[in-house]
Amino acid sequence: MMINLRRQKEVRAVKRVLWCGFVLMFVFFFSTATLYADSKAYHVGCIFAITGKASWLGEPQKNTVEMLAQKINESGGIDGKKLVLHIEDTQGDNTRAVNAVKKLIKKFNVCAILGPSRSGTSMAAIPVAQAANIPLISCASAEIMLQPIEERGWIFKLAQNDSDAVRKIYDHLVKRGLKKVGVITGTTGFGAAGRDFLIKMAPEYGMEIVADETYAPGDTDMTAQLVKIRNSGAQVIVNWSIVPAQSIIPQNMKQLKMEIPLYQSHGFANIKYAQAAGEAAEGLIFPAARIMAVDTLPKRHPQYALMAEYKSEYESTYKDNVSTFGGHAYDGIHLLSGALEKVGDDPAEIRNYIENARFVGTGGIFCFSPKDHCGLDKTAFELLTVKNGKFVVLEP
Amino acid sequence: MESGGFTDFLQFIFMGLQRGCIYALVAMGFNIIYSATGVINFAQGEFVVLGGLMMVTLTTGFGLSIVFAFLISTLFVTIIGILMERCTINPVKKPTVLRLIIITIAVSILLKGVAMIIWGKGSHYMRHFSGSDPFVIAGATILPQTLWIIGILGVIVVAFVVFFNLTMTGKSMRACAINRDAACLAGINDRNMVMLSFALSAGIGAVAGIIVTPIIQMDYARGALLGLKGFGVAVVGGLGNSLGAVIAGILVGVLEALSGGYISSHYMDAIALLILLLVLFVRPSGLFGSSEASRLKEF
Amino acid sequence: MRHKDYMGLGILLLVIIFLPFVITNDYYLGVLVFTALNCLTCIGLCLLMGYAGQISLGHAAFYALGAYATGILTAKLGWSSWMAMGTGVIISAGVAFLVGVPSLRLKGHYLAMATLGFGAIIHIVLIAAVNMTGGPSGVVGIPSLHFFGIELNTDTRFFYFSWSTVIIGLLLALNLIHSRVGRGLRAIHGSEDAAGSSGVNTSVYKIKVFMVSAVYASVAGSLYANYVNYIDPGPFDVMHSVLLLTMVAVGGMHTIWGAITGATVLSLLPEFLSSMSDYFESLGLSYQPDYDTLIYGGILLLMMLFLPEGLVDGMNSIRRITSTMFIRARKKLVF
Repeated sequence: MMINLRRQKEVRAVKRVLWCGFVLMFVFFFSTATLYADSKAYHVGCIFAITGKASWLGEPQKNTVEMLAQKINESGGIDGKKLVLHIEDTQGDNTRAVNAVKKLIKKFNVCAILGPSRSGTSMAAIPVAQAANIPLISCASAEIMLQPIEERGWIFKLAQNDSDAVRKIYDHLVKRGLKKVGVITGTTGFGAAGRDFLIKMAPEYGMEIVADETYAPGDTDMTAQLVKIRNSGAQVIVNWSIVPAQSIIPQNMKQLKMEIPLYQSHGFANIKYAQAAGEAAEGLIFPAARIMAVDTLPKRHPQYALMAEYKSEYESTYKDNVSTFGGHAYDGIHLLSGALEKVGDDPAEIRNYIENARFVGTGGIFCFSPKDHCGLDKTAFELLTVKNGKFVVLEP
Repeated sequence: MESGGFTDFLQFIFMGLQRGCIYALVAMGFNIIYSATGVINFAQGEFVVLGGLMMVTLTTGFGLSIVFAFLISTLFVTIIGILMERCTINPVKKPTVLRLIIITIAVSILLKGVAMIIWGKGSHYMRHFSGSDPFVIAGATILPQTLWIIGILGVIVVAFVVFFNLTMTGKSMRACAINRDAACLAGINDRNMVMLSFALSAGIGAVAGIIVTPIIQMDYARGALLGLKGFGVAVVGGLGNSLGAVIAGILVGVLEALSGGYISSHYMDAIALLILLLVLFVRPSGLFGSSEASRLKEF
Repeated sequence: MRHKDYMGLGILLLVIIFLPFVITNDYYLGVLVFTALNCLTCIGLCLLMGYAGQISLGHAAFYALGAYATGILTAKLGWSSWMAMGTGVIISAGVAFLVGVPSLRLKGHYLAMATLGFGAIIHIVLIAAVNMTGGPSGVVGIPSLHFFGIELNTDTRFFYFSWSTVIIGLLLALNLIHSRVGRGLRAIHGSEDAAGSSGVNTSVYKIKVFMVSAVYASVAGSLYANYVNYIDPGPFDVMHSVLLLTMVAVGGMHTIWGAITGATVLSLLPEFLSSMSDYFESLGLSYQPDYDTLIYGGILLLMMLFLPEGLVDGMNSIRRITSTMFIRARKKLVF
């Protein structure tokens, strides 16, 4: 009886705490008083998928911007003003992304936004930023984000174009005289965009798509799809995906003793994927930003010094491999700090600055223009291959 | 390489077997807890993930041998299962099924968060247990890891049959599953049986995670994906029926592989699901479930 | 409808009318718009779960059907938003009928699995039928809604519109509950066999309420598409169905008000947690967004452990406790 009474009291106490919590939550949440008014600083918003299903994308981006902001502020800030980053988490979710962009714009009054990490969240966030006239510099790759350019005046992107990756692959196939292509893609936004371009651009290069298969991110075995590709008489396989499941393809090909060459997309640019595929990954070819193979790049290359610095700094700070995704964030902060230094924190001025910006970044040599809000072409990619479990430049 | 019609068919069957055995293992974990509590444990996928991640840490991080790491990882997740039952399921005074289900959802979110903070957000990989040189059977190839998966599933099924039919504890658990009140009257401590069921199902989840990690690369967010298919398989096999889960699991895997191979890989999962639904509509208690048993656990 | 419900509706109406005068920041209004959409879906789900006693883990699919009907018909075929929304409602109701007839014969976990499977199939189709749905790249350029010539393109306007929809949905649901149909549903929840033998056509009632709840989700989906102007399969996966179920259960599924409370609390919680982390960061504490997941799971767990009948019931019991304390204190004063 006593125990029961005590328990009831406990339950009541916890109930009270919970309810007080909710009341507090509402009051606190809707208190519009801003705690962050610091007019002597530059406020920049960042939205990345820091948790959730795409967190492996957002994590290196968050790490990179935090590292750079600290470095900038330690060396006296921009024009003596502190760079304040407001970092929001989208959880890879469209709804959260919309909320996060609004929060950055309306609550923190940021002058520009870097991110989101994913194409889907970017597409959801774009109408908000466009309507509020705040520059949004996405770290996702989908080209559809910038179309039509008249309605996307405030939107920029830093990741290389998917279509340029396809061009790079097809150029190489033409050189090798291979014509019959078996396409296999992951069922994510990245995979679908790649599939679209691979099929659409095939006639331009005289390619024939003889098989078109997909796999889900959770699949554990793709031999059925590969058998179909084998039976279709394909001379080459292009595997386009960004999820870990793509490492199973080379392993399954080895299992099926398929000897035809395998091309991957720039989504393969994660050394863990190559390590997971082990021996089977040796010799496969994929286009990627040069940051993935800095060590094997000739030192005279214009991007070399910058990328080597970023790589060594990132890897010593976070004990993790550098990635192209983090590189996009690096380029973004680089671009924005340049803009803030030149034109201050007026959003329209920043937009105009970016539209004419030219600079060397980790993703390539950027050359923005009012017509081109990406600023990269296929030269941003280098064909890489896997050698002894490492990414190396195919033809240095 | 020869690739006739039969060889292809055999290849699809091998693929289906591999996928199916994994589904079956996850489904068996669902079944054990369902039998004891009438609840679907939404944290089952998290057990799988924790098992896999622990295995990676022990083998590649600490350099333990596979057998040793296997045992420790399983033990680790089993303890987590016991803790989960003691801290979140046992204290509930008036357990309704829906309430317990939401509790398991909350626990799964918590476990996911903990795994994210401990293991980070990237994927983790480990080598196949015994190389990746395939065996060739009638032209079709099969990976040693697939044989491991099939073998371990077989061992677990045999161990289950022995445990539930020949040991006192196992018989008590079955008694509880059939009729809890009657079991209590016969002197069985039903709360302990619930704890035991969480321990067992966490252990099996861990084993599933351990053997699948070399193939898929584990990351903290995979639980839901692994769990949901397992849930479907458990239901179609007949909830509470472990043999049903094994057969249904392999059936689903093979169906997926065949529809991927012969119809369309874009819709392979959808086709398999559709067939599952049709099975349910024809047999509302699953392939091997008895409507008698399921009526006792309605909510 | 009972007296209490009228009071609740009145209070809700007043709050909605005056809130945008207090909260002028578009960010908060935007968050509340998404809250309204979740409330709308949860009202429907609550009718199904709390009143008819049938579980559904596939409601994200109806949400998706509404959103994609609006998205495809308006952005690709140039229909008016209202026509598209209506078509979405008809499609959802039709699909609910087709799925409901075989599924609702199933019980408990088997019904859960059937609806979950249905939800998963719809999600796969959204991803795979690229020509129609745009696949994972989604549908772009969905126009905003026009209401008697007013374009609902600001957060304030859409806030009023979405919450008015919630009020209408509430009114309809409350009327339904206190009608003959509602009594029949409660009878089914109590005992399906007993209800059947006293002349309630159980299977027809169950299918009807399934269709009604699908319509609620579909309207919410259409509004989502109109508000965000972009849809892809991401927000419509099985985990969203699980989230909706959780919202209803957390609020207390035995009353519609519980569903609304649950939907509101769980929709605002993540945004609140992120505000909190901003606050900690501004104090110079190192706080990672990673912890949000832990806190969210922890709060959910605590609520289920200590407020088993949901928030609304928990609120009532607190009122009881405080009022008895008050009475006791008064007695002490008197004597």
